[in-house]
Amino acid sequence: MREAAVISQPNPLQRIPGVAMVLVLLIALFSAIAPGFLSVANLSNVLVQSTILTMLALPMTLIIMTEGLDLSMGAVLTLTSLCVAIVSLATKSMLLGLGAGLLVGAAFGIANGWLVAILGIPPFVATLGTLGMAQGLSLIVSDGQSVVGIPHSVRDIYSATLLGVPVPIVMALVTYAAFHGLLYHTRFGTYIFALGGNREALRYAGLSPNRLLIAVYAIGGAMAGIAGLLMTARMNSGHPTAGLGLEFDAIAAVAVGGTSFERGNGWLLGTVLGVIAVGVLRNGLNLISLPSSVQVASVGVLVIVALFLDGLRSRA
Amino acid sequence: MTDITKDAIAPPRSFLSQDAIQLFYRLLAALLICAVLAVLSDSFLSLGNILNVLRQASLTFFIASGLTLVVLTAGLDLSVGANVALSACIAGTVIHKTGSPALGILTGLACGGIVGLLNGIMVTALRIPSFIATYGMLWVLNGLTYWYMAGETLHGFPAGFRQIGSGYLFGLPIPVYLLLVFLGIGTLFAQRTIWGQEIYAIGANPVAARLSGIPVARRLLLVYAVSGTMAGLASIIFLSRLNSAEADIGESLTLPAIAAVLIGGTSLFGGVGTVFGTFIGALILTLVLNGMNLLSVSANWQPLVTGIIVILAVWLDMKTRRRAQ
Repeated sequence: MREAAVISQPNPLQRIPGVAMVLVLLIALFSAIAPGFLSVANLSNVLVQSTILTMLALPMTLIIMTEGLDLSMGAVLTLTSLCVAIVSLATKSMLLGLGAGLLVGAAFGIANGWLVAILGIPPFVATLGTLGMAQGLSLIVSDGQSVVGIPHSVRDIYSATLLGVPVPIVMALVTYAAFHGLLYHTRFGTYIFALGGNREALRYAGLSPNRLLIAVYAIGGAMAGIAGLLMTARMNSGHPTAGLGLEFDAIAAVAVGGTSFERGNGWLLGTVLGVIAVGVLRNGLNLISLPSSVQVASVGVLVIVALFLDGLRSRA
Repeated sequence: MTDITKDAIAPPRSFLSQDAIQLFYRLLAALLICAVLAVLSDSFLSLGNILNVLRQASLTFFIASGLTLVVLTAGLDLSVGANVALSACIAGTVIHKTGSPALGILTGLACGGIVGLLNGIMVTALRIPSFIATYGMLWVLNGLTYWYMAGETLHGFPAGFRQIGSGYLFGLPIPVYLLLVFLGIGTLFAQRTIWGQEIYAIGANPVAARLSGIPVARRLLLVYAVSGTMAGLASIIFLSRLNSAEADIGESLTLPAIAAVLIGGTSLFGGVGTVFGTFIGALILTLVLNGMNLLSVSANWQPLVTGIIVILAVWLDMKTRRRAQ
């Protein structure tokens, strides 16, 4: 009976209060103390800046649902962003750049999945190792320098609009729709719930948990590739340390969004709200002129508090 | 009565000899790397380079030795590098403000220890998985350090203080003596005291440890506090050797420390490993990085190689254990 409960969709009523309350509290707080926070320009800025994080946090949700973790995502994003910059600079083609980013990202994702599923290395150490590798490769391909002069076709992705909506937001919405469909309306999605909740059941059903696990990590790597395109477009350059640490914001968004680290329960909409909460927190602190170091520290505190509450809930 | 408890906790004899064989292989690997480097590079066998390797290995060892105890309990401390940075910056400020190195050293050790204690509280009282709790702590510490330093660099410390990291005694660098002291203390503590054996027991089987009356939470607190204090010690050596402190000095320290622990044969799943193994691990890692340096491979390659080594070490460990069972 418990297994059946885990595989079914989570009860949103139990979760909405947590992350929504955090978001409302943050918005109320910064509306009161941060001048200009509630302006349309600033709020849409928060949303546009949250798009890269959305593309990391959604696959991170799936990975954490399998009781895994991907610490390499920020470093892989850095590497794919550099690949996009270097290839699009050499070929003048945005699509070839995106292709290179996707390829490299997916390769790292498959490597992560292979290490975790086939070799059985604990995910946090396996992906810590690949974090080092991606970080090293970023330094090697860029020789520690920024890659500048990338073509307009790449840069325009970040600033263009589609029917009045910024293209990054369109991309994030499409990504969300794809992940929602994948997780809640396909068999693969059900298997992902089972990977965290009841791996044995998959084996009895004649499926290979290992192959599914590799697929989940590969999706994470590929998404880092797409996010790499946005990153390069946003900075108008490739930089060897650009995305380092972004995996932590993604983990924070997932944790705040109510996905559990221990029971294979995930909630995609919660993750999106978590992404916005992290974005609001950083933006608000920025508006009251606190340095980015304080933002980093407060995201750290946010994660620890969210995990503590998660632990309380699981014991209750 | 105490003897019976001790016998029950101590690992069976066959396990110990298995550990001895593993250590022997690792020593052999270290020697092999030395031989290869001696052939490839003329300057490897120079006295200056060997002392340099030992000094570098001792820095990695200080951080990794405390981490070994954490990993023995099947935990992980990802915050050690960031802890070194914060402790170094605070200790440096204290020395600058008061002019007293002794006070600075105490502050550095205390800062490291308090951070470790907080990690322990998150793991025991709040029951957050250790790798996530200490990963969160990593970013909290990073943020605090950058905010505290605000882009400044502390520079220039009293000559006496600088001796700790860069001085010599009877021809050997002072950190090497410290290494020997802490290698001795760590080994004695882990192998020859009840607390040490209880730490092994917690890692091997936490439920059995609790049922046999070991105060698991208190031992875990101790282990994380020791790991933090050793990071504090490393911060002092760093400060005194570099003669400066910056917010970013910790960023490249965590992965090598974890690599040293894992190469040294301490199992990520807890209960197996030795502090001496970690010393050999630190030595092997330093030899590899030193060799790359001597063969003029760009420092950009170091994270890549360290990452590969971490994964290889875990994989080898799991393979040998599977075969042994």
